[in-house]
Amino acid sequence: MSWFEKLVPSAIRTESSQKKTTVPEGLWNKCPRCDAILFNAELEKNLSVCPKCDHHLRISARKRLNMFLDEDGRQEIGAGLKPSDPLKFKDSKRYKDRISQAQKQSNENDALVVMKGTLKGAGIVAAAFDFGFMGGSMGSVVGERFVRGVNESLRLGVPFIVFTASGGARMQESLFSLFQMTKTSAALTKLAEAGIPYISFMTDPTMGGVSASLAMLGDINVAEPDALIGFAGPRVIEQTVREKLPEGFQRSEFLQEHGAIDMIVDRREMRDKIASILAIMCAGRSSNNADVVEVIPNSESLINQGESDNPQHQE
Amino acid sequence: MDLKFLDFEQPIAELQAKIEELRKVELDNNFDISETLKQLEQKCESLTESIFADLSDWQISQLSRHPGRPYTLDYIELIFTEFHELHGDRSYADDPAIVCGMARLLGQPVVVIGHQKGRDTKEKIYRNFGMPRPEGYRKALRVMKLAERFKLPIICLIDTPGAYPGIGAEERGQSEAIARNLFEMSKLRTPVICTVIGEGGSGGALAIGVGDRLLMLEYSTYAVISPEGCASILWKSADKAQLAAEAMGITSDRVREQGFLDEVIREPVGGGHRNFEKIAANLQDALVRHLNDLQQQAENMDLLLERRYQRIMRFGSYIEEPVK
Repeated sequence: MSWFEKLVPSAIRTESSQKKTTVPEGLWNKCPRCDAILFNAELEKNLSVCPKCDHHLRISARKRLNMFLDEDGRQEIGAGLKPSDPLKFKDSKRYKDRISQAQKQSNENDALVVMKGTLKGAGIVAAAFDFGFMGGSMGSVVGERFVRGVNESLRLGVPFIVFTASGGARMQESLFSLFQMTKTSAALTKLAEAGIPYISFMTDPTMGGVSASLAMLGDINVAEPDALIGFAGPRVIEQTVREKLPEGFQRSEFLQEHGAIDMIVDRREMRDKIASILAIMCAGRSSNNADVVEVIPNSESLINQGESDNPQHQE
Repeated sequence: MDLKFLDFEQPIAELQAKIEELRKVELDNNFDISETLKQLEQKCESLTESIFADLSDWQISQLSRHPGRPYTLDYIELIFTEFHELHGDRSYADDPAIVCGMARLLGQPVVVIGHQKGRDTKEKIYRNFGMPRPEGYRKALRVMKLAERFKLPIICLIDTPGAYPGIGAEERGQSEAIARNLFEMSKLRTPVICTVIGEGGSGGALAIGVGDRLLMLEYSTYAVISPEGCASILWKSADKAQLAAEAMGITSDRVREQGFLDEVIREPVGGGHRNFEKIAANLQDALVRHLNDLQQQAENMDLLLERRYQRIMRFGSYIEEPVK
């Protein structure tokens, strides 16, 4: 430890062995883009968006759902599902060990968390990927939870939204994971048939098998600013075409320019924007088909929270 | 060393070369060594048999991309009649890495869609090594919709290293094109039979791989990522592809054990590249059988679609515990 580090009070001293970008439990955090040192409490209040440069930091699935859903009346879907190891996969490490390590680190059973709840009082089912769990990779549990979320949304007649953050399919489950692309996409046909809105909200990063299935199938495709979104990884493309990739390649702004997404939404406006969009999308549906929406169980307790927020969104 | 032969096929190659040489000698000198030749040929056959009786997953993975292996257009010529190729996605381009068309299978009208690799360097480049761009998948979807409208069953032949990872492909929405096909194929109102004939490379294969039946040729593979790609990510070295191939269980027999397959179509001794007619006949036989069965089921289309849907929903392996 240098003489300067010794001067720094221990409460704000960071161990040199820790990674320079994230200090999860500490008081301080560092913006990975502008290197600004940020006070964690302030960062939290700003929904983990850097107040200096507006960089959207990666956040866990649970944190995302906490930010997005109303506080009351949340209920997790498919929480009892856990990954199995159908291939007894082993590389330099056993898949089993990788799972338990990821479970310990993230405190999740797998890389997708699904909840039903309300957004400004209106019923919704929301799913979020956890990039911290094996890179948010999609294996059997992710696919099954996603489908259960879709089914719940169908049963309740409420919109479905997914927040993606994933490197793609999970190699350790080989075809079991590849076929989750089919499974999730097929389930979405049922939402489309039922006329229930499906919003895909892509966050950094959304790649490979997740991008090439559920993420690109939204009635509305939304992305957070500057998120990496694409099919093949930039390194793979660079090695294949042997040229330098253009500036901003595969970033949200690039995708919007090329017509792949509808809009880019700042995390701090996420609730307002999505609530408004869904209210408009559901307006036609609820007037024709009011009884569908009323089947929400415990709808009274679910609806209380956001009443004053957005009265026209009440169903 | 003959480049048309893989490493483990070299003993066969050498013996075959010897036989050819002797045959020449016989012809030039008017000897009668037909007995010897016959014996040698038998020996060659049993050698091939013994080599192929015990192939490793990695060797099968190499066979699945054997340069001499029959490709989609070879099968189209050998199995189907009246093939009319349909080009273009109607909005951007025609992608030669995917071939689509109408044809007849023993008289029955069908639509055929398949990845196409090239044989020589020039054609390989033209076909982009069988790696489709978004317009390829969109062409396939357009033709599938056509098939749906005219009640033609669809036969998909899968043989690709993967969807093309290029700048233009990304710009034009590679992800969306693949996702859209998965979405649409799961509810196409016509029977769909998918067969992996060579390499089943990840999402690029899956994008024409959703249907009522999944078949694989004996020496084909189907995986979420190429063994090399998997090895370079998980083992940090592409040299470990052999281990990756084993770990992922990508061969037809292993995929069948995982419960995804309706049938493994056996190949002639020494692999399909040694006998196009035989492998084509086996494939035709399987296609006709499954097609007839599905055509009957298709009389109740809603039921067929419900079965397809339930089949898709069963994909996956997980544990479920009661929530505390």
